Amino acid sequence: MTAIRSRAWTGAALTLLSVGLSACGGTSKPLGGTDAAAKVYVAPGQYDELYAFLSGGFSGNVVVYGLPSGRLLQQIPVFSQYPEKGYGYSEETKAMLNTSWGFLPWDDAHHPQLSITNGTADGRWLFINGNNTPRIARLDLTRFETEEIIEIPNAAGGHGSPYITENSEYAVSGTRFAVPTPQEDMSVKDGKFGGVLSFVKIDPKSGRMSLAFQVHVPGFDYDLARSGKGPSRDWSFWTSYNSEQAKTLLEANASQKDKDYIAAVNRKVAEQCVAQGKTKEWKTPYAHNTVGEDGIARSEMLTSEKILEAADCPGMIYFLPTPKSPHGVDVDPTGEFIVGGGKLATVIPVHSFSKMLKAIEAKAFEGEVDGIPVLKYDQVIAGEVQNPGLGPLHTEFDGKGFAYTSVFITSEIVKFSLKDFTVVDRIPTYYSIGHLMIPGGDTEHPYGKYVVALNKITKDRYLPTGPELTQSAQLYDITGDKMKLLLDFPTTGEPHYAQALPASVIKDKQLKTYILTESKDPNVTKSEKEVKVVRQGAKVHAYMTAIRSHFVPDIIEGIQVGDSVFFHVTNLEQDWDVPHGFAMLGARNAELLIMPGQTRTLVWVPQRAGVYPFYCTDFCSALHQEMQGYIRVSVKGSSVPLAWNGGAGTIK
Amino acid sequence: MPVGKPGSRKVGRPARRKTTSRSPDLPTSRLRPSSRVAIALASLALLVLYLAPLWHVGLKAPQYPEGLGMYIWVNQITGEKPQDLNSINGLNHYIGMKPILPESFPELRLMPLAVAAAVAAGLLVALVARRKLLYAWAALFTAGSLVGLADFYRWGYQYGHELDPHAAIKIPGMSYQPPLLGSKQLLNFHATSWPALGGWVALLVLALLLALAVREWRGARARTG
Repeated sequence: MTAIRSRAWTGAALTLLSVGLSACGGTSKPLGGTDAAAKVYVAPGQYDELYAFLSGGFSGNVVVYGLPSGRLLQQIPVFSQYPEKGYGYSEETKAMLNTSWGFLPWDDAHHPQLSITNGTADGRWLFINGNNTPRIARLDLTRFETEEIIEIPNAAGGHGSPYITENSEYAVSGTRFAVPTPQEDMSVKDGKFGGVLSFVKIDPKSGRMSLAFQVHVPGFDYDLARSGKGPSRDWSFWTSYNSEQAKTLLEANASQKDKDYIAAVNRKVAEQCVAQGKTKEWKTPYAHNTVGEDGIARSEMLTSEKILEAADCPGMIYFLPTPKSPHGVDVDPTGEFIVGGGKLATVIPVHSFSKMLKAIEAKAFEGEVDGIPVLKYDQVIAGEVQNPGLGPLHTEFDGKGFAYTSVFITSEIVKFSLKDFTVVDRIPTYYSIGHLMIPGGDTEHPYGKYVVALNKITKDRYLPTGPELTQSAQLYDITGDKMKLLLDFPTTGEPHYAQALPASVIKDKQLKTYILTESKDPNVTKSEKEVKVVRQGAKVHAYMTAIRSHFVPDIIEGIQVGDSVFFHVTNLEQDWDVPHGFAMLGARNAELLIMPGQTRTLVWVPQRAGVYPFYCTDFCSALHQEMQGYIRVSVKGSSVPLAWNGGAGTIK
Repeated sequence: MPVGKPGSRKVGRPARRKTTSRSPDLPTSRLRPSSRVAIALASLALLVLYLAPLWHVGLKAPQYPEGLGMYIWVNQITGEKPQDLNSINGLNHYIGMKPILPESFPELRLMPLAVAAAVAAGLLVALVARRKLLYAWAALFTAGSLVGLADFYRWGYQYGHELDPHAAIKIPGMSYQPPLLGSKQLLNFHATSWPALGGWVALLVLALLLALAVREWRGARARTG
């Protein structure tokens, strides 16, 4: 309370001071607070400079913000049902949440990755991983919708995922929790666990994903990943912890060794081995869900994986010893430096890609683990950043020769030079930063200008809201020698990681409406003349339309208790920003939110005889309140005939 | 911005050509060669009407900051953006206005023929080079343009006044006739109506024809008088 009050007083004092200065026409140099405000102020009606895509963490969503204002623009449901949009509730979207375990209504979304061309974000797709039941989703950035989800078999904890290669050839994915590979019933304490590093191929035209192959690795916990760039473009890197392979009380038991490993995988070598048939087949089921041209999501169950063992494919994988329980593994824009975020280390280790190649050439190995050569630390290390603070996690780059590392325990961002690996600046975060994000800071051509801190706790930064406080991010200016805090902004879920790109890359590609005449949806109703209601046994299909400000039909009779009523509602609007909603009293479901030109389907099973209303939920027009209709429900076996108004219906 | 030397403007003013510098042997009933060229070019310029719209009607409202609009061509009516006509019709149903359906306007079948006739007539005038033919053509073109505008007004009046009595929004005394030329506030919409590229070309051709007719008339009078 005292802290808050004293900050408020400082704020007031600053305001008075600046008023005083401007009143007497004082200096043109703005004061700190005013300066920051000017840098993040986006006037009403103006656009932000950047789109930022923050993981919604345990909300399962991707959350879109404008930068530098920190204004919330959109929530994109990915791994969780989202009633606001009917996502995971409508018949068209349910299949997106199918897995080999059946329909899963939730997951934990961690690391967004923009698709890249020549190492730069191209604004086509955004990929994000589901951590709990390992999956990778692909979002379309003209519609801001999830278009595809592929389950990753044989993995547990899809954390080090979905890190994109230089031209979006692959999204790579690790196994955070060592498990029996493939799964079988065994003793936890004595069983030999393993993991897989998965290579998910991305079709360059359609973006469609397919599981190309998996590399079978020792049972460490593979944490984060990055794919290389420039000279290292053929390689992908994963950090690992728990090289002790502890099964219990990992917080101590997995923290015993001074060094764990970064796994470096050469995918060209792996591809050759796959082509030469050096794989074996595992048969773990996994789901692949895609939205078709008709806008409907469908699932395919697959059961075959190509598995590569290190022993069968020499030259494919090496371990780089790295202190200590490293989190991030981040490749600088030149592709030469690989920065390990040694969570428990006293230094930030920076490996050299060129030294790594030389060490491999010279066979400078200190040993091997399960047939995987371990390179000598002093043969691959380029430098160690001294005094980086406690708990360095994750590093991004400004493209000007500096790296910015989030440091969790001492709650700060540390900036160091890639020339001499010395710390040149540091600034506190509020509080306990996890990842950080510089726009394009993980690509070959960073946009720079800002760094966003994605914090784990907020404590006293905002008005308190009971035991659970808001999640939070912070925006810093990195244009000068010294970092400057510009803005705190609240976020949802837990913002694990983020991506950002200049608004101009995707702003003008946004779809405004679905073209009704081009709809391939089998349930579309293209005009009010075509509406109909069809009974097929206990199923009734109502093909309906919505346009400002009415539904057709808005009277349906002849529905019976226990029927499954499929409301296929087409939004006939062809005007931007005129979605219609659809909600039915007693539907054990959510609403539909139907975009212009789109058809969505809600299923309702009436339970009691009577007359029940449905209505438009999205305030569409001046007569939105009038946009409603009635369904007459009769007892089972009733002789009330099926009837409706509109189209060929008999109710006039 | 380039600035000329002081006084440079004063020099070299060309001697004004006499308006009656017609070659003395040209009969007064015939058009001057320069007029014939101008008439031929003006006639051909009318071909633009097949490539560019005649008229633009625009609508802006708080809910439509980007505006809705439609173009009237000699043979079609289109939305300014692909779905605009659809949207305008959708909005108009609230006030009970009939939907604007291009196929319901016979003018859109007649106008292409009228334009073809105008081009042919103009080329004929240039070829035959009779002064009186120019007068006749200028008069017909003027009359045709006025009839077109009157027809446009008539449709506007009809759409604006013949409203479905069952409409949701009924405001006593309110009609929704778009402006013939200029702008007008219609409920929440600010409506504008201006010639589009084709319309401007047609108007320029009209002005040119009238100017040529006057020029020929004055020339002929000077010769005979």
